[in-house]
Amino acid sequence: MSALLEVSDLRKAYGEKVVLADIDLTVDRHDVICLIGSSGSGKSTLLRCLNLLEQIDDGVIRFDGAEISDPRVDPRSVRRRIGMVFQAFNLFPHLTVLDNCVLAPVRVHGVPRSEAVARATELLSRFGLADQIAKHPDRLSGGQQQRVALVRALCTEPELLLLDEITAALDPELVGDVLTIVRDLAEAGTTMVLATHEMSFAREVATSVCFLDGGRILEHGPPGELLVAPEQERTRQFLRRVLPPSG
Amino acid sequence: MTDGWTPSAHELERRALRRSQRIRSTLIATAVTVVVFGAIVAAILASPGWPSVHALFFSGHHARASFHAILEGFWINVKLFLICEPCILVLGLAVALARSSRSPWLTPLRLAAVGYTDVVRGIPTILLVVLFAFGFPALRLQGVPNSLLFWAGVALVVSYGAYVAEVFRAGIDSIHPSQLNSASALGLSRGQAMRFVVVPQAVRRVVPPLLNDFVSLQKDTALVSSVGLFDALFSARDYGNYNFNYTPLVVVAGFFIVCTVPLARLCDWLQRRWMERERAGAL
Repeated sequence: MSALLEVSDLRKAYGEKVVLADIDLTVDRHDVICLIGSSGSGKSTLLRCLNLLEQIDDGVIRFDGAEISDPRVDPRSVRRRIGMVFQAFNLFPHLTVLDNCVLAPVRVHGVPRSEAVARATELLSRFGLADQIAKHPDRLSGGQQQRVALVRALCTEPELLLLDEITAALDPELVGDVLTIVRDLAEAGTTMVLATHEMSFAREVATSVCFLDGGRILEHGPPGELLVAPEQERTRQFLRRVLPPSG
Repeated sequence: MTDGWTPSAHELERRALRRSQRIRSTLIATAVTVVVFGAIVAAILASPGWPSVHALFFSGHHARASFHAILEGFWINVKLFLICEPCILVLGLAVALARSSRSPWLTPLRLAAVGYTDVVRGIPTILLVVLFAFGFPALRLQGVPNSLLFWAGVALVVSYGAYVAEVFRAGIDSIHPSQLNSASALGLSRGQAMRFVVVPQAVRRVVPPLLNDFVSLQKDTALVSSVGLFDALFSARDYGNYNFNYTPLVVVAGFFIVCTVPLARLCDWLQRRWMERERAGAL
């Protein structure tokens, strides 16, 4: 079986400023790929390129064997199959938690509303949000909002989940709740690409870690190797800064 | 930052494809536009009454003959607009701020603001113009002008001030409370928070509806013709009544359009510039 997602020679520039160059990345089914690197290294841009929120300037992105970076491909047909969660939650403030979750299944996927509601309710309850279903997002805490955003992405049963620093806007106490969910998803075999600053979490769940620097993947490999004994000096520098001294 | 990159053959192919997609949409847009507008024009020209409508509304001779009088009258409309508009903005913003004030000392002001917007918006503008233009000079107030034009202008300011106040209030309410909180957290007073944080954001948001009211005001300056001021509309009617031809009315419409369209373009341009500056990247 071919890889679920294959990126080769991807390049993205804003005018003169090159933000991604020579990106090669392969994601097999059930992989959990962690993108690490300092702010501005291109992690978010890469994720945005993957579900075609950004137009790429060179290279090829293949999803399930078909090239999706072709201009003839309807981006919506790709996004129906890929879920994304943002750092700032991006919930719709005018809809209740439940309506946030059933919007896409009903409107995009044509799932009957009762079915979508049942599934959303089940997921929300599983993630400890049963009491919040009828509330509007702004009444929830950050951790709760981010869990809702995760549920919203999961409600369409995506084949690939993109998570863009989803814990970066949360206080440490709430980070755990969200990461537990991601950990459960990883164990259940969900394919994910996530940008994260949580090194210990990356070590725990990732099947592979990529270190981005200046828009390039400087180094990649299993977390046991890359996070413990990186080959590049730049990676070592970065890890020294983000990992607690005890290691 | 150059890295000796040259686009791959694949990328060049993709660019060519994007280009042809763009050309295709341009062609579709052009074709659809020509067909739709062509059909409308053809339907009008082919209608049985067109020759008489043409003579009555689109006569070149009458357009030229009435042009000068209308131009002179239009100057009154322009003056009214230019003087009223700043006054309306100031009044509208002041009323909106009064309505969203929280201090107990300002309660009478708040009530007055609510009463003003409620009552004035209920009265047709043309009625206000007539009442003000004929009523106030009769009071023979000392120290204020007693001309029709002055009081007609005041009526427009009072009427539009109420609408614009509501637009501003909607804009102020639409700014997320977290902005007020973070301003307070920096130690700004409520007034300062309004002045430096909330109102600047609110104003940007309400530019499109404000433009709506501007354009509306430009047209409503023609209401002063109801009290016999020789503005563009009154001059056109005057000419039409003597010569039994409606062409001058079309000429007046042309005058108003020539003024409002550039204003709309200017506002669009301003909006886009703000958006580009504040939302780099994200659409």
